[in-house]
Amino acid sequence: MNSNFKIFLKGIIDVSPLMIPVVPFGLIYGILAIDVGLSPLVAMGMSLIVFGGASQIILLQLFSGGASSLVIISSVGAINSRHLLYGAVVSEHVSDLKLVWKIIISYFLIDQAFAISNKYFKKNNNKNKYLHLVGGGFTCWVVWQTTSFLGIILGSAIPEKLGLSFAVPLTFLAILVNDFRKIINVIVILVSGLVAMFGYNYIPYKAYVIVAAFAGLVTALILTKMIKKQ
Amino acid sequence: MSDWTLIIYCGLITFLTRFSMIALLKKEMFNDRIREVLSYVPSAIFPAIIFPAIFLDNTGSIQIEDNPKILGAFIAMIVGILTRNIIATIFSGLASYWFLIFVV
Repeated sequence: MNSNFKIFLKGIIDVSPLMIPVVPFGLIYGILAIDVGLSPLVAMGMSLIVFGGASQIILLQLFSGGASSLVIISSVGAINSRHLLYGAVVSEHVSDLKLVWKIIISYFLIDQAFAISNKYFKKNNNKNKYLHLVGGGFTCWVVWQTTSFLGIILGSAIPEKLGLSFAVPLTFLAILVNDFRKIINVIVILVSGLVAMFGYNYIPYKAYVIVAAFAGLVTALILTKMIKKQ
Repeated sequence: MSDWTLIIYCGLITFLTRFSMIALLKKEMFNDRIREVLSYVPSAIFPAIIFPAIFLDNTGSIQIEDNPKILGAFIAMIVGILTRNIIATIFSGLASYWFLIFVV
């Protein structure tokens, strides 16, 4: 077997366990998209163009809440600001690649693919190690598109009474499980959550996501600084 | 703005946050302090979606009493802390929510 293909395959194998939670997430996205009134074509187009679970869900929620385009786009930008960190970490490993590969890697640089390839990059120093990220990202892409598509088809068949929209906060809660044990994270979570909850009706233009995230980050900034001084 | 234009803009901004650092970064641009604060982005942003979805009703007013979502989310959180398992967290929350609305 060609060694490049082996690296690609290793990426696929390494990311596979992380694909299990993506399945219900993709299904929920598809179901919800139909639920808020998007056409199946637009819903599928969003999965292909945006390719980011959290971005797509927040887009749906703000869209159905009647937020303006500017607020939706900036909230998606705020949600994605964590990718600046991923890009910064990955950039040193892919700095010699051609532009076209940098574009492909950027499209595939989602949470799960970043998590496994970051580990791999630290341990391996092969010129073609970037193929690990391409393998992992491609796997996520296939799973996301397939489950979105199934969700869109199921969307019209699932009764609203089941309250599946409750799966959205649960999914985000599940992403944060590792942060519940760290005190600074818990405080940041509470600040952001309470600002969003109480500001929902008072912060204009449905900008509560941006305002709450900003309040949370300022809290993190202050708390991490205080801990260092001690 | 049409649905398609909105989606394309959101796709662009998603792509650009991923691409900008890969394409433009010079190492000294990101010091450890910025990296540390950015690592709190998930904790700062996801609760802004979680809290309103749990504590607000359809009209946007805060609903504390007679709200099965609060107990469902609480059980999911406990299961999440104990197991650190994403699937178990989601399904324990959904199962207890369904139990409360359909059985109790």
